[in-house]
Amino acid sequence: MTSRLTALGAALLATTAVAATSVNAETLRWARAAEALTQDPHAQNEGPTTTLNHQIYEPLILRNMEGAMEAALATDWQPSDTDPNVWVFTLREGVTFHEGQTFDSADVVFSMNRAMSENSNFKELLSSVTEVRATGPYTVEIETDGPNPLLPNNLTNIFMMDEGWSTENGAVEVQDYAGGEDTFSARNSNGTGPYVLQSREADVTTVLTMFDDYWGIGEFPLAATEIVFTPIQNPATRVAALLSQEVDFIQDVPVQDLDRVRQADGLDVITAPQNRVIFFGMNVGADDLTLDSVDGANPLADLRVREAMNIAINREAIQQVVMRGQSEPAGVIMPPPVHGWTQALDGYPGFDIAAANALMEEAGYGDGFTLQLDCPNDRYINDEAICQAAVGMFAQIGITVNLSALPRAQHFPLIANGETDFYLLGWGVPTYDSEYIFNFLYHTRNEGRGSWNGTNFSNAVMDEMIVGLSSEVDLDERDGMIASLWQMAEDELIYLPIHNQVLNWGISEDWTTVVDADDQVKFKYFTME
Amino acid sequence: MLSYIFRRVLQSVLVLLVVGLVAFAMFRFVGDPIDNMLGQERTMEDVERLREQLGLDQPFAVQYWRFLEGAVQGNFGISYRQGRPVAEIIAERLPATLELAAVSGFFALVVGIGLGVFTAIRRDGFASNAIMTLSLIGVSLPTFLIGILLIYLFSVELGWLPSFGRGEVVQLGGWSTGFLTQSGLLALILPSITLGLYQMTLIMRLVRSEMLEVLRQDYIRFARARGLKEKAVNFRHALKNTLVPVITVTGLQLGSIIAFAIITETVFQWPGVGLLFINAIQFVDIPVMAAYLMLISVMFVAINLAVDLLYVAIDPRLRSEGGTS
Repeated sequence: MTSRLTALGAALLATTAVAATSVNAETLRWARAAEALTQDPHAQNEGPTTTLNHQIYEPLILRNMEGAMEAALATDWQPSDTDPNVWVFTLREGVTFHEGQTFDSADVVFSMNRAMSENSNFKELLSSVTEVRATGPYTVEIETDGPNPLLPNNLTNIFMMDEGWSTENGAVEVQDYAGGEDTFSARNSNGTGPYVLQSREADVTTVLTMFDDYWGIGEFPLAATEIVFTPIQNPATRVAALLSQEVDFIQDVPVQDLDRVRQADGLDVITAPQNRVIFFGMNVGADDLTLDSVDGANPLADLRVREAMNIAINREAIQQVVMRGQSEPAGVIMPPPVHGWTQALDGYPGFDIAAANALMEEAGYGDGFTLQLDCPNDRYINDEAICQAAVGMFAQIGITVNLSALPRAQHFPLIANGETDFYLLGWGVPTYDSEYIFNFLYHTRNEGRGSWNGTNFSNAVMDEMIVGLSSEVDLDERDGMIASLWQMAEDELIYLPIHNQVLNWGISEDWTTVVDADDQVKFKYFTME
Repeated sequence: MLSYIFRRVLQSVLVLLVVGLVAFAMFRFVGDPIDNMLGQERTMEDVERLREQLGLDQPFAVQYWRFLEGAVQGNFGISYRQGRPVAEIIAERLPATLELAAVSGFFALVVGIGLGVFTAIRRDGFASNAIMTLSLIGVSLPTFLIGILLIYLFSVELGWLPSFGRGEVVQLGGWSTGFLTQSGLLALILPSITLGLYQMTLIMRLVRSEMLEVLRQDYIRFARARGLKEKAVNFRHALKNTLVPVITVTGLQLGSIIAFAIITETVFQWPGVGLLFINAIQFVDIPVMAAYLMLISVMFVAINLAVDLLYVAIDPRLRSEGGTS
């Protein structure tokens, strides 16, 4: 009995000793609400998954935390001198994977083909690519179906895997849920990135340690030698963990707790506008709406009604009251870092109930009508509260809005299936270019484009220009097309912009970083005080 | 007797099948997993293809049949959210929930009986009245609020206990335990209190009223008249006779402790099956939801079956009735 107790005691001592030594000054303990879904770098194109993979894997070109594109695994990229449909990439030499393999052009060809395969979540970003070929051990050519000036923008989240490692371990295919197969790459990682995955238990803890043979040692601060990640879903618990210094960094401080964190000793809140705009979409294309009070006509098809609704939204009140100052009112459904954004486009109309009522009168809806608003309640910051505020604002111009707030898993299918008349949606632009917005939100819905256009809006002239954007090589010409497309979009007013979200990161004063507009943390840039 | 057992087992299987059918009929109202599985850039074509691959375009009865086909072979499918076999994920998460449930159950029983006896013996004392009043809080405050209050007090203000997670765990075979490390034990304290508080007050109030009842009985009076010590009267005679209903209630509450663990696990980021289930609902991870619901219903059905069989063992009248019908 005594010996067993001693053994237990020794075990206890041993584990506490491990706990004590593993937490040293360079460990960064990080928490956020969401957990990465998989370790497979091509299976899920989803923020938190990409964030974890960004520490372990690397793309050819990396968007740094200030939003600028910088050389990662490619040191140089140029359009080919001979063929306008080809981009030539020069690869970085002397890069090794975590398990020791050398990175070269064969890995790029393999990874690109894997990212373009049927089960990859990233294949749409590469839909213009027809062939990827190695022309030397450290040069790669990517051919597209027409000139594609923006190809490099689409590569910033396409991670590079080792061909040999993937082949040996049967990880050539991307995770296939339907096949019922468990893919090796979903729980094993072997990248070239600054951090090596040490251990991972999904929804519990993930430990990353610095990669000793990382090519970027000396080039980047790499102040954190160990990163311990824990997802903490409950917002109150997450803030408590930061306040009690059990974690050093949380990516999502709820707006109601900002002051509390700011006032706490040793903690900071750092803030920046996010690459995500929040807006209402309106079913303008239907002959009649299903859940409104008007029979045989669609009030939203009338531009005057849409204009009235636009000026009935008091964007500053939403910013002050609903968001507690943590948003930037918007006049266009395009976040400011996106190419094509101008101050003029983002100017929003003043709140004017009298003018709105006049427009309603003119459109023949002086007595108002009833409409249903579909709103998510667990996707964007204070999404349901925004909708509630809007209900009150539309009531002032006689539009009785019935609010239906649902979880994201039920809300988004309404938009995908065209079952909503009036809805809230948020949109981020990973390519930082207007084309991405036009493709998904303005193009007529068909098999390849317009998948998020839930408005039934269709404009043949715009469609043609949108398709033309993807192959226009003259950048000035292209900018002109973007500007005129935005002008047409403004005139049609099928979306009512509300604001751009603001990111609030809570961080211990020991650490310094800038806020990434895509909410993508890249720990290699973190420095210590 | 045998035919009775056989009939009850058959009924239990039927109950399980119906639970599964209802669950599958409900899944469509939880939402559509496709949007979570494909990225923002998905085309309508991708959506259709994946829906067809997963069989989500089939009527729910067909989906249920496919699930049953796999389940009887021990294959619960692949989680849509994690891309790993569901059986493996649940086996990984179950120890956390069972340990938490065991500790909360133990806490509820020990503290509940202790306080129940105390408040029964000192029924008019100041301390008893204070405890009785405070126990109302335990019954009426929602679990998540108690959890958050405890976190703010013991983690943020005092800094004594961790606010989230399980601490360091030790792997013993396939079982991960938090009992063997200091941080693991500390991490158990707040979630166990949060989860067990309701059961604790329930048991306390039950013990108290039973004790008051028993203390009025003649044999207690005779025991006192015999000059037995107060301690012996209270604990050897009175308490023993109050325990029968307490044990019955505790047994029945065991199931609800595991079921209630969902909320506590979410508040404390406790990596058990409850948290797994919440995440599965948000993601519409149908294979995980189905397996979890089956697991919980198997547990409840098993508890009920055991209780019924015990009754038969205790009460011969049920046996003879079973024999004639």
